[in-house]
Amino acid sequence: MAATAPGAEAALLHADAGAGFRRRFLDYLGWGFCGLAFVLLGGAMVWILTMVFLRGAHSISWTVLTHVTQGVGGGLLNAIEGTFLLAVGGILLAIPPGVAAAIYLAEFGTGKFAPVLRFLADVLVGVPSIVVGYFCYVTLVTDLGWKFSLAAGAIALAIIAVPYICRTSEMAIRQVPRSMREAAYGLGATDSKVALGICLPIAMPGVLTGILLALAIAVGETAPLIYTAGWSNYMWTGHFTNEPVGYLTYAIWAFITEPFASAHALAYAAALFVTMFVLIISVLARLALDENAGFRRRPGHGRDRIKFLHPR
Amino acid sequence: MKFRYIVAGLGSIVGIALIAIVVFLCIYAWPAVHFNGIKFLVENNWSLGNQYAEPIVKNGQQILPGENFGILFLIIGTLLSTAIAVLIAVPIGVGAALFLAEGVPPLFRSWLSFFVELLAAIPSVVYGLWGYAVVIPFLGGHVFPWTVQHLGFIPIFRGPAGSGYGLLTAGLVLALMIVPLITATVRDALVSQPRVLREGAVALGATRFEALRTVMLPSVRRVITGSTILATGRALGETMAVLMVSGNALNYLPSNIYTPISTMAAFIVSQLDSAMQDPTGMAVKSLAEVALVLCVISIIVNGCARILLYYQDRMTAGAV
Repeated sequence: MAATAPGAEAALLHADAGAGFRRRFLDYLGWGFCGLAFVLLGGAMVWILTMVFLRGAHSISWTVLTHVTQGVGGGLLNAIEGTFLLAVGGILLAIPPGVAAAIYLAEFGTGKFAPVLRFLADVLVGVPSIVVGYFCYVTLVTDLGWKFSLAAGAIALAIIAVPYICRTSEMAIRQVPRSMREAAYGLGATDSKVALGICLPIAMPGVLTGILLALAIAVGETAPLIYTAGWSNYMWTGHFTNEPVGYLTYAIWAFITEPFASAHALAYAAALFVTMFVLIISVLARLALDENAGFRRRPGHGRDRIKFLHPR
Repeated sequence: MKFRYIVAGLGSIVGIALIAIVVFLCIYAWPAVHFNGIKFLVENNWSLGNQYAEPIVKNGQQILPGENFGILFLIIGTLLSTAIAVLIAVPIGVGAALFLAEGVPPLFRSWLSFFVELLAAIPSVVYGLWGYAVVIPFLGGHVFPWTVQHLGFIPIFRGPAGSGYGLLTAGLVLALMIVPLITATVRDALVSQPRVLREGAVALGATRFEALRTVMLPSVRRVITGSTILATGRALGETMAVLMVSGNALNYLPSNIYTPISTMAAFIVSQLDSAMQDPTGMAVKSLAEVALVLCVISIIVNGCARILLYYQDRMTAGAV
């Protein structure tokens, strides 16, 4: 505080009439810039959403939902199914290590290993998704010989989702009041009973919110899947390896550059599905967090919202 | 076995994933690192050579004749597009954060913030679609010809204006993608600062904006730095949006801000298909080296940002 006081003091010392006008002018200028910055961001958001919804609405039809892709036309049923399988598969793989790491960090994270694990998780969030994809390509697709497949794609998505699940769950478990743990330990409960029987159920809304957000991220990913899941025009036949699967984000990327109106329609329809799904999950997660905010969070303490953000 | 060791063991997969990525990329890329040497980073000659010729042996590695891998243009393209994005995103992000934290009535604050932060939830490929289908025709058809005509006296704005794919377009789309990271983090830090800081400044006669500028902003300086570095990390590794708007240049450096470029992340996606055609495997390994370089850069950048932000957290926690 000592470092910042002189600024305000200097402003006060120069408060004569001419300077007063200048100060007011600078004030308007400053607020004007900040307001403009906000309007730019809000305007861009509206612009993107308008494009996705208008062009998407023109492109969807019953065929898109009920047919598989044929060349540059047909529908997106295969891609919808593939996106569902890849995202849900990836999240299911990511939940056990993510939640275990969260329990460890929140409940027993006093040793030397905990800060290292937390740091690695935070840095993993920042690793570009294409690097994760390439890693899975060289290890799973070529070295293990799985080819483009559901398993390789789901593992790539799991690596991307796991640090989110870990950090959001850790935050939720941390917010369980200390007295709950003390009461349970006082009654003779073991570590596992306290963590799994007391803390995890109480923190469940927060943990589920984190999982939902990770699902939204998984649904929106493209780069890690291009060389792990591949693309297929057909429905999944039940093989985890050696069978490529289609997914919606690929349709956006690949079909918009085709010179055919039918391909463009598929791209816009896929963009509409993906964007709507991601927005709905984000709004639901936000509502869930607001619901809890009343009694869990200190007023004005909003750091956990950072975890909302999609990093890629 | 104690429960805490079980969760620690299962949870350590999160950390092992990161270490495995670095280790396996190193192992896989090692022949390429050995073959390419330092020329990899300082030359502009990515070429798969003659694909129909017999492989030859050079530097102890089997390669196709004429095969070369120099990615200077990728490094420059990545750094320039990221620099443009960060230069645009920081003032706008901080400005919007100030506006959201102090300039709007508390009733709307949280929903307006949420609306802006949703920009971060929109998938990268949807940004790419928007850039490809809407922004590029707009910039290439209207904005760039205008800037060439009126700002052409500045060397980097001089023509030819190109078609809209290029450095500035990539930088603008990237800026929009990283801005919400900065806005959200800085806004949260501003809101969680003790009220007495601002009240003290206002009591000394500062206007509300002066209080913001002279007292509140300096108190979150470290958060601004940290979130800027995090945003830089994201811009460096952004793939799909850049792939769709950058023009995917090969082997030349930008001469003005309209020149097509490519970045390391986008290059991996655009080149892997053709790299797989190389029977000696050296092209795929060289792409692994690109991924490795990108991975190491992003680990360094993110590591620095996290350390800064942890430090700020501890200071804030101590003050409260």
